[in-house]
Amino acid sequence: MSFRVPRRTIAAFLGPAVAALAIVGIAPLLYAVWKSLHYFNLTKLAQQRFVGLENYAAVLSDPVFWQAMGRTGLLFIIAVPIQISLGLLIALVLHRPGLTFWKTLTRLSLVLPMATTYAVVGLLAQVMLNQKYGVINQMLGWVGVDAINFIGDPTNAFIAVVMWDIWQWTPFVALVLLAGLATVPPEIEEAAKLETKSNWTVLRHVQLPFLIPSLVAVLILRTADTLKLFDMPFTMTRGGPGSATEFIAVLIERVGNRQFDIGMAAAQSIIMLAITIILARLYIRLFYREVR
Amino acid sequence: MAAPIQRRSLWGEGLLLLLIGVFCVFPFYWMVTTSLKTQVVALESPPVWWFTPTLANYWEVLFVDKVGPALINSIIVAVCTTALAVGLGTPAAYALARFEFRGKTDLWFWFITNRFVSPVVLAFPVFLISRELGLRDTHLALILMYLTFTLPIVIWICTDQFRSIPRELDEAAMLEGASQWRIFRSICLPLAMPGVAVSSILSFIFSWNELLFAYILAPKAAKTAPAMAVTFMEGYDVPYGKIMATSTLIVVPVLIFALLASKHLVRGLTMGAVK
Repeated sequence: MSFRVPRRTIAAFLGPAVAALAIVGIAPLLYAVWKSLHYFNLTKLAQQRFVGLENYAAVLSDPVFWQAMGRTGLLFIIAVPIQISLGLLIALVLHRPGLTFWKTLTRLSLVLPMATTYAVVGLLAQVMLNQKYGVINQMLGWVGVDAINFIGDPTNAFIAVVMWDIWQWTPFVALVLLAGLATVPPEIEEAAKLETKSNWTVLRHVQLPFLIPSLVAVLILRTADTLKLFDMPFTMTRGGPGSATEFIAVLIERVGNRQFDIGMAAAQSIIMLAITIILARLYIRLFYREVR
Repeated sequence: MAAPIQRRSLWGEGLLLLLIGVFCVFPFYWMVTTSLKTQVVALESPPVWWFTPTLANYWEVLFVDKVGPALINSIIVAVCTTALAVGLGTPAAYALARFEFRGKTDLWFWFITNRFVSPVVLAFPVFLISRELGLRDTHLALILMYLTFTLPIVIWICTDQFRSIPRELDEAAMLEGASQWRIFRSICLPLAMPGVAVSSILSFIFSWNELLFAYILAPKAAKTAPAMAVTFMEGYDVPYGKIMATSTLIVVPVLIFALLASKHLVRGLTMGAVK
């Protein structure tokens, strides 16, 4: 049963949090919508004027915006399947019985990459991937590969961002999937292992159904975080060389903070937000509703 | 016949575990060792693995390059926003866990949706507003903006925690004539402390790591450590040792907290989608 409580009490408990989130979350958003309807450039404040939906029309027909979106999508399409396959492999190894102490240790080391300050991850990439002084190129040298200009070449810089994204988020995916594997009832798993020797059959027909919720969670969270991705490419390449690593959040930052065109940046971010919210709703519908 | 195969697969498994561990930890090893190199050693090509370590970089960044004050700013911002999020979030979480009211599900969805909103959407409007209000480059502006992600975390994790406390306790107290607020303060909140601790650690980590708001809203006086680390990259002569010393100073507290809350970190990152 639930308590029947006067509305006043409910308002007293919830009011402060709701008010705070409305002030810091919704008020700036409404202000952004208002500004997105203006020509508003910090260096040309005199020319500020109401332009209606012009900014939106400009963004929607702007190849630079869609290229940044495409790049963000490409990063997702390349990195996430690798993260899921490696993560699943790691989760399956950790899920097997035996070597308990070493597995606990490994699990702890998996926690480190995803907690690391994203800005530092980008700085680390700068240092480790440098063509002349970088340790990664030294290691490639050991196996007979010539030093690669990771940061300076457009394609390589993109690959470097993908690599670093994989480094930071594969452990996360592994731990999420490991938590999913723990939801398989042990008696079912053991019965299946007596029936067949093939690990693949057990995975496909016994464990996978239990992993679906975790996989959905991973997919949608990685989508949201890839759309948000800013710190790591920003500290690593500043979106360059050219615009090779200019993902959507980096582009919006450049337009707003380095070109001072806040009206345009607002329109871009509102469009991105619309995409994000559609995906978030999808996530909530697909997943949270079952949990509740 | 079975035993040797078993043993060999154990060795293989151990090797795989080692590989995973090295994969995760090696960048940190490289970060710390580089931070102990002088610029001359750091710029050796190919990079050296053995050298005489020096703490000079730490000394220099902390006291000459103002990373010390930036770290203090980071601590102020992260601690205050966490305290505020817990203060505002725990009563809300209690209400979500215990009371029935119209629009509850919608409210809950709205809290969760904040997890998906990119800071870049809010950063520019807030930049303009904070300029108008004279809040630019203050701790307060960052503390308030960080509520956009700390408050949902606290509300989510604590709602879960309050739900796990038996309602009979509340009912007994109510029969004794205690007010709702009293029940929350004196009975449920103390029992929910594990959830409060976990959500505090997580909101501390997320605020400590934040870059975009800090970079745009706090360029000088209130500059936090990650934003400080970024400015090192802006010269021509990239001081590797100093960058890595700053990075180490930023990352070490976070990693300690992350290890303390390792069981719950994934739960926090997924907003509870995974137990």
